[in-house]
Amino acid sequence: MGKTIVEKILAAHTDKKNFKTGEILNVRVDFAFANDITAPFAIKDFKSSGAKDVFDKKKIGLIPDHFSPAKDIKSAEQCKILRDFAHEYKIENYFEVGKMGIEHALLPEQGLVLPGDIVIGADSHTPTSGALGAFATGVGSTDLGAIMTLGEMWLKVPETIKFVYRGKLNKWVSGKDLILYTIGKIGVDGANYKVMEFSGEVIKKLSMDNRFTICNMAIEAGAKTGIIEPDEITLDYLKGRARRPYQIYKSDPDASYEKIIEIDVSKIEPQVAFPHLPENTKPISQVGDIKIDQSVIGSCTNGRIEDLRIAAEVLKGKQVYHNVRLIIFPATQNIYLQAIREGLIDIFISAGAAVSTPTCGPCLGGHMGVLAEGERAISTTNRNFVGRMGHPKSEVYLSNPAVAAASAIIGKIASPEEVM
Amino acid sequence: MIIKGKVWKFKDNIDTDVIIPARYLNTSDPKELALHCMEDYDPEFIKKMERGDIIVAGNNFGCGSSREHAPIALKEAGVSCIIAKSFARIFFRNAINIGLPIFESAEIFDDSNQGDILEVKTESGTIKNITNGNVYKIKPLPDFIQKVISLGGLKEYVKEEVKRRKINV
Repeated sequence: MGKTIVEKILAAHTDKKNFKTGEILNVRVDFAFANDITAPFAIKDFKSSGAKDVFDKKKIGLIPDHFSPAKDIKSAEQCKILRDFAHEYKIENYFEVGKMGIEHALLPEQGLVLPGDIVIGADSHTPTSGALGAFATGVGSTDLGAIMTLGEMWLKVPETIKFVYRGKLNKWVSGKDLILYTIGKIGVDGANYKVMEFSGEVIKKLSMDNRFTICNMAIEAGAKTGIIEPDEITLDYLKGRARRPYQIYKSDPDASYEKIIEIDVSKIEPQVAFPHLPENTKPISQVGDIKIDQSVIGSCTNGRIEDLRIAAEVLKGKQVYHNVRLIIFPATQNIYLQAIREGLIDIFISAGAAVSTPTCGPCLGGHMGVLAEGERAISTTNRNFVGRMGHPKSEVYLSNPAVAAASAIIGKIASPEEVM
Repeated sequence: MIIKGKVWKFKDNIDTDVIIPARYLNTSDPKELALHCMEDYDPEFIKKMERGDIIVAGNNFGCGSSREHAPIALKEAGVSCIIAKSFARIFFRNAINIGLPIFESAEIFDDSNQGDILEVKTESGTIKNITNGNVYKIKPLPDFIQKVISLGGLKEYVKEEVKRRKINV
C-alpha cells in the first residue's frame, strides 16, 4: 500500500517504524512559532519546565502580529514578554514591528518553513504553510511551550481526504473561492481531525499566493492541516528564499484516502460566506442586496501581493462609496513595499482607502477597524463568527479581494463585473 | 474522579470567538478571562452559572482560533467538564493539556436538557443523567492522553521528561 505525502512526512520525523491511522506518534518539530496572544502562556510554561534553554534557537519564531503595533497598555505588556524572552534566550527569529508581518505570510516569505517540514504554530491558521508541501498545524500555548522545551510533540496520525479540482476557472475566481466553495460543500467540521490534500490540474496551475489562501482556510473545515504537493511553482518560489536544505515528498498513486472528492471548478462563481459560519456560502449571483459599512482587504488569507494587485485592478480610477470604509492591510512589510513600488498603494489611497501596516488587528476585532453594533463588513479574512470583527451584533461576509474591492465601490456586496 | 453538576446546553459549532472574544485577549490572567466567558453567546452565562456546572454541546465544540484562553476561561469560571457530540481538534488538545475534563458523547446531548443533573464517573467510564436515570458509556481516551491527564496536564509531563532525559538542565 502506498503512502500519502503526510504519512511520509510523519514517518521521517518519528522513531516509530510502522504506524497506522489513529495511532499517537511523537514527532520532531522543524519550526515552532507563536504570536503576542499565544506566546506569553507558552513562555511561562517553558520557564517552569526545568530546562535551562530552548530546544533550538534557530527553530523558534516569535511574531508579535495580533495586537501590534501595541493597541493598548495590556497588549504592549504581552508584546514585551516576547521581546524580553527573545533577547534573553537569543531567539533568532523574533520579528519586531517594522520587520514584522502576519506570521503565516511572513514565515514562508522568509524561507523559514519549507517542504517536508513539520511546522507547529500556536495559531489556528498555521496550515497555510502546507501550500509548500509541509505538514503544518496549529496548537495552543501549552503544546507550544512543550515544543520549545522538548522539540517534539504528540499527534494522532490523521486520515486524509483528497480534493481533486478539474476544469477551467471562471474570471474573478481565485483560491479563496475554491476553498470557500469546498467548505460550503463539506461544512465547518467536514474535515475535523483530518488532512485536506488539494490536488488536480487546477491546483497545479495556481500561483503560490492562491495556494497559501487555500491551505490557510483548511482549519475552517476543522482540518488538522491542508497540504499541496510541491512542484515547479513551489521550487520557483523557494529559489533564493529557503534558509536550509529541504525534502520533497509526494503522495503515492496507490496511497489510501478516507475519501476522494472531485470538484468541477467551471461551475464555480466568486463565493460569499454569510454570517456566522464560513460554510454559509453563496455564489455572488445569488447574494442579493446587502449594504455594507466596511470592506477589509488583507490578512493571512488574502494579504499577499497578488491579492493587492487584483484589488488595485478593480479600484483603479474609482472611488470608495461615501458610506463605506475600505481598509487594506498588506500581510508583510515586503509585500507592502512591493505594492508601493508597483503603484498599488497610490491606487488605493487615491480611491479613498486606508492602508495599514501589517497586523492581524481587524480580522479578529482587535484594532484598526472594529465594527460597531449593527454594522456589516465584507472581508477577505477567514472567519465570520458572531462578534469576530467587533460588536456581537455586527456581521461579517467573507469573499475574495476582487469582490471586496467592488463592494467598497458600490456600497453593497457586488461582483467585480458590476464596476469593470 | 466523580464530576457532578448541572447541565448548560449549547448548540453545534460553538467557536472560540464566542467562548472568549478576541477583544479580551490582551491579557493572560485567567481570572480576568473568566469574567467574559461565553459573553458573545449569552452575556448572562457567567452570572447565572455556578461552579461545577457541566457544558453539554453539539458538534464541533471549540472550533476556530487556537486560543488556549478559551478552555482556560471555562475552567477558571468553574465549568467542571464539557461533554459534546464532537470537539474541534485544537480545543480538544488544549483542554486535555490544561486538565479540563472533556468527553465525547452524542447520547448525552440527545438525552439531556438544560438544568438536568449529570454524574460523570471517569474510573468506570460512565455518565449518568440523574434527572432521568439513564446511564451512558464514555468513549475511552488513548493511553498516552490518559497518561498526560493522570500527570495533571502536559506541563507536568514535560517537567517529567526534562528530568528523565536531562534536557538542557
